Amino acid sequence: MEVAVFTLGAVIVLSGGLGVLLARNPVHAALFLVQTLFGVAVLFVLLEATFLAAVQVMVYAGAIVILFLFVIMLLGVDRADDLGIEPIAGQRPMAAVVGVSLAGLLATVLLVAVDGLTGARGGTPLGDAGDNTRRLGEALFTDMVFAVELTAILLTVAVVGAVALARRLSGPMQPLPVVAIAESDDQPTEADDEPAGATGEDS
Amino acid sequence: MILAADPLLVDGIDLTVALIVLLKAGVAFAMLLVSVMLVIWFERKLISDMQNRIGPAMAGPWGILQTLADGIKLFFKEDLLPTRADRVVFRLAPYLSIIPAFVAFAIIPVGGDFTNGGDGTVSMFGRSTLLQVADPPVGVLFFLALSSIAVYGVMLAGWSSGSKYPLLGSVRASAQMISYEAALGLAIATVFLTSGSLSTHEIVVGQSATTWNVLATGIVPFGIFLIAGTAELNRPPFDLVEAEQELVGGFHTEYSSIRFALFFLSEFMNMITMSAIAVTLFLGGPAGPIVTQRLAWVWPLFWFFLKVMAFLFTFVWLRATLPRFRYDQLMDLGWKVLIPAALGWFLLIATLDTARDLGWPTLPVVVVGVLALWGGAALLSGAVRKARAERLEEAEAHRDERADSTVGHGEA
Repeated sequence: MEVAVFTLGAVIVLSGGLGVLLARNPVHAALFLVQTLFGVAVLFVLLEATFLAAVQVMVYAGAIVILFLFVIMLLGVDRADDLGIEPIAGQRPMAAVVGVSLAGLLATVLLVAVDGLTGARGGTPLGDAGDNTRRLGEALFTDMVFAVELTAILLTVAVVGAVALARRLSGPMQPLPVVAIAESDDQPTEADDEPAGATGEDS
Repeated sequence: MILAADPLLVDGIDLTVALIVLLKAGVAFAMLLVSVMLVIWFERKLISDMQNRIGPAMAGPWGILQTLADGIKLFFKEDLLPTRADRVVFRLAPYLSIIPAFVAFAIIPVGGDFTNGGDGTVSMFGRSTLLQVADPPVGVLFFLALSSIAVYGVMLAGWSSGSKYPLLGSVRASAQMISYEAALGLAIATVFLTSGSLSTHEIVVGQSATTWNVLATGIVPFGIFLIAGTAELNRPPFDLVEAEQELVGGFHTEYSSIRFALFFLSEFMNMITMSAIAVTLFLGGPAGPIVTQRLAWVWPLFWFFLKVMAFLFTFVWLRATLPRFRYDQLMDLGWKVLIPAALGWFLLIATLDTARDLGWPTLPVVVVGVLALWGGAALLSGAVRKARAERLEEAEAHRDERADSTVGHGEA
């Protein structure tokens, strides 16, 4: 049973990963990425890390890839890009070097690990599956509390920075819908600015 | 593995158990389909009443078979595939909508006796089991995960149509659904806090032991859940996704025949599931008095049905009553009102919980907590007001520059 589920999860993950690499269309690549993340969630369930599985789907598939898709759609790069241009000089040789060394690292880890395999369960069991949310919460907010708080601060800084940058770069003169802003504050505004009749009820 | 929460699955799995699970899944599936049919009819009939019309009246008694007739008709329509569509994704999208809609209902406890300390088990073919298809330990998170998958259906449908109205509709939809998911999640987190569990079954049991969560969490999260839920369902007044005056039909403009029907079905199915989740989280699920001892198992089902109907009625009522939000209003409400409110309330409840654990006096804690929240709210609203004033000024200056050429620029 476990082997079957693991095989299924592995197939989902690996085919998704290959799909990301091979898909010509960025939206398809993003969808393959979702498939990979979903496969990882299946593996988490197999490891009885149900909370991680749910959060994996919610955060990665539900938010992050959606944002990717958003960018792809809004920037209109959904057709094949010109691969002739290299945005950063020396990017490709560097990618090759990093890729090969990563593969070497993983292979080494695998070889070392196979030597030490005992078949016994690693680490302490987390109690039954329903309990692991509680255990995770306890670990995060006791032993790991500084790491958690630092991450929270990092994220807050990133958000504030993103907002500040977006505000600065967009220039002072956005053609904002004057009407919309004035009205949402219930301030009286010029009568001729009234939006065209947005009424009507569908059947 | 992880299925142990249901007493049915504790002592190993044999044929009877497998059959019971299959039976539960099958019944849930069939009931969901039938109730979608009836809910569509219910909505059309009710909104007709509210608008002084008769509504569907020809097919069957009171027009109750209208949906069936429509469904059959849709089946035999030509299935169109736009030339510029992305074929694979275009075909995939409806299923990404309908499957989460079906699966999400699996975690809803629909019946079982929870009165007098009952744990909601019923006996079925000599085995005791819960009246819900599955009770995963992550419970409601499972629902949230599925609802974030459902965004893909809408988003990809619009994109793959290769047409601009659907694309606009789907971009709106995904932005809206992601924004309101945050508020929805925070409202649900308050329930986790009071119930101390993620599992739907445990949440219902917890509520029958004390009081319903709608009171235990102090009404505010319930209101936020209701508003965010309506937005998550893309129902009026948050139906910008398919604002027909602006976007033809929104993300499903290019869909026809059975693929369109799938979107339509999943929309109503989501409405039922959202109502059922609201009932489970806040209104005690199937809990209610057992009035007669004969057929006692019917009563929880009846109370569950009644509560869900109340929500369905509310959704239709909202549609008949409220005009559609404008896009900037929608985003303002989501990000500047609901999320801060949900977060603040969550903090307040957490503080009270901690204070109770530590044995601190309640009154000062409440006063300090409310004051801190009030300070935060004042800061936030001050910032919002300042930003708005600045934007107004900028836009004003901009308009003076370009004279009246900007008038007529609507929302994006």
